[in-house]
Amino acid sequence: MSSYKERFVETPLGQTRIWEKGRGKKVGYFGGLYGVPQWTPFLDKLSETRRVVVPSLPGFPGGPSSEPLDGLLDWIIAAHDSFVAAGLDGADLIGASVGGALAAECAALWPDSVRKLVLIAPFGLYDQNEPVADVFAQRPGQAAALVSQKPTDLASYLSVPKDGDAGEWEVQALRANIASAAVIWPLGNTRLIKRISRIVAPTLLVWGENDRVIPSSYARRFADGIAGKTRIRLVKKAGHLADFDDPKGVARSIDSFLAA
Amino acid sequence: MKVLWFHLMPYQDLPEDFKDKHNSVWVDIDPALFDPLRGHQHYHEYMDQLEYAATAGFDGICVNEHHSNAYGLMPSPNLIASTLARNTKEAAICVLGNSVALYNPPTRVAEEMAMLDCISGGRLIAGFPVGTPMDTCYAYGQNPSNLRERYYEGIDFIMQAWHANRPFSFNGRYNQQRYVNCWPRPIQKPNPPVWIPGGGSVETWQMCAKRSFVYANLSYFGHQASMTHIKGFWGEMQRLGKEPNPYQAAFLQFVGVAETRAEAEKLYAGPADYFYNRCLHTDPSYANPPGYTSEATVRARVTSQVLRAAEESRKATRSGGGAKFFDEGHVVIGSPDEVAEKLLAVCKEMHVGHLLLLLQFGNMSSELTKYNTDLFAKKVLPQIRHLYEDEWEDHWWPTGMPKNLPKAQTQSRTTVGAAAE
Repeated sequence: MSSYKERFVETPLGQTRIWEKGRGKKVGYFGGLYGVPQWTPFLDKLSETRRVVVPSLPGFPGGPSSEPLDGLLDWIIAAHDSFVAAGLDGADLIGASVGGALAAECAALWPDSVRKLVLIAPFGLYDQNEPVADVFAQRPGQAAALVSQKPTDLASYLSVPKDGDAGEWEVQALRANIASAAVIWPLGNTRLIKRISRIVAPTLLVWGENDRVIPSSYARRFADGIAGKTRIRLVKKAGHLADFDDPKGVARSIDSFLAA
Repeated sequence: MKVLWFHLMPYQDLPEDFKDKHNSVWVDIDPALFDPLRGHQHYHEYMDQLEYAATAGFDGICVNEHHSNAYGLMPSPNLIASTLARNTKEAAICVLGNSVALYNPPTRVAEEMAMLDCISGGRLIAGFPVGTPMDTCYAYGQNPSNLRERYYEGIDFIMQAWHANRPFSFNGRYNQQRYVNCWPRPIQKPNPPVWIPGGGSVETWQMCAKRSFVYANLSYFGHQASMTHIKGFWGEMQRLGKEPNPYQAAFLQFVGVAETRAEAEKLYAGPADYFYNRCLHTDPSYANPPGYTSEATVRARVTSQVLRAAEESRKATRSGGGAKFFDEGHVVIGSPDEVAEKLLAVCKEMHVGHLLLLLQFGNMSSELTKYNTDLFAKKVLPQIRHLYEDEWEDHWWPTGMPKNLPKAQTQSRTTVGAAAE
């Protein structure tokens, strides 16, 4: 993977890291459960055809502290602030997992801000008959297998880089977990159901067929709720982190959806 | 030194194959394992034991709070404490405690504890734990990302509610209330002594040190495990230049006394095995929700005791159990002299003035519990309670009723017949 650019922008919560790579039309990316602690093969693939811009959300690696945020409204505003500060207002937006829940909210509340929306297994809805799994109550080492079909690769992606400080890395991961919990605890239900019909952007729903966290049947629930035109893309041999499990396939699907 | 008799109220009929067939004693324990008729027996037996301890010479009796848990049958310790307050006369009633962040509004805790203080005649010790992750984040669904902040705010709320001499508004981050007005009011002024049960949380040490609360280390693994945490607390006290009064610290110890160590081993191996190998069979998944352990604690590398309990439980399963709970001091056993010597040494080393004892643990029968309690009260207690007596004053002990009140106002029990006379 060739190198990406790093810059910092000011948001009301503080300094926010932006990672960026590629040329062409801008597309934003809100990371999932762990944020984006390192550049990923998916982002790299997508940057071959687009200018990929990754603002760090509060609490997640590179983001300002999430400590001042209380309710969900605070989180949504903060996510939108970082989207705008990254120069993405009016651009396409991809949100994965926890970032997907926030991307959906941004598209619902600021319909002019998001041209096309891509949601990769987003949290936000809940069906008692097919409950969302508990991603937090996991024994050490088991979470990776729950969220990915490539748990060993994921574990290695999430472990401290060679030149990194192990202690700081652990604290950074803890903060990301806390941020995820702040948004989706306890059931993953952010009550998006009340606002989902405000999403008018054309939306692609990407879901790992083997998602053990949010069943892939939720793709239909999202599609039914969103007012804009929707498409569903189920990804074979992929779990909850579909873009991690199949970087090339997911990048290709997204690229063609955004180009259409 | 003050010595308190503590009860967890374990359910005693977990099956022998509990560890193999069930995931955890906590959170997702099978409701079918609970027989309400057995529950009826347990509650009465256990309250009898606590009341007995109060007459046997212990300085206090102690209850605590757990949820969806088979080794702690007190989701509401206040219910138990209220009957104890009524049926005992001298002993401190130590409620360790109410997990403040679970109560919305915290007014509820302020009120119920004020009730307990009134009923008991100023004998309440008010314990405010943050609560374990299993109790708070899983059994009660609280968001771990703000649990501690809610907890700290809740304590502020309750203290203000007790101290205020007029109704006031509370404008907190998590609690907003136009009218806070705690009725009834606690007897003890300005408030009942506050004890904070805690493990190795750096913030807990700091709060106890700064606000002059008792730091009560409750470990299932005895003095060796408590040592690190208690030393962490004293380190914080020293750093803040506070007086190292041993009465500002408490710790919990399982104890089994008999005529000889061999006899004690024989008597208490069963109940200890039941506790460590069934009651502590917990799922590590529930031990560390994000944010429950703070950043500061992670940085200080202090291991959470619930995580340790869960890990130990799994390890023991893999190795087929074992009776290391005696060898490693999780349970202190021996003859009265041996136990007294050990406890004195440990309390001195940890510089702790409040000793909380589990003399009933696991599936210990009422008969054995009484034997253990009696032997401790008669032969151990007299050897250890002098510790610190002439050197330090206990500022964290209930004051009781104000002195020199007219008799009528101090009468705590009036029979219907007597009232009619």
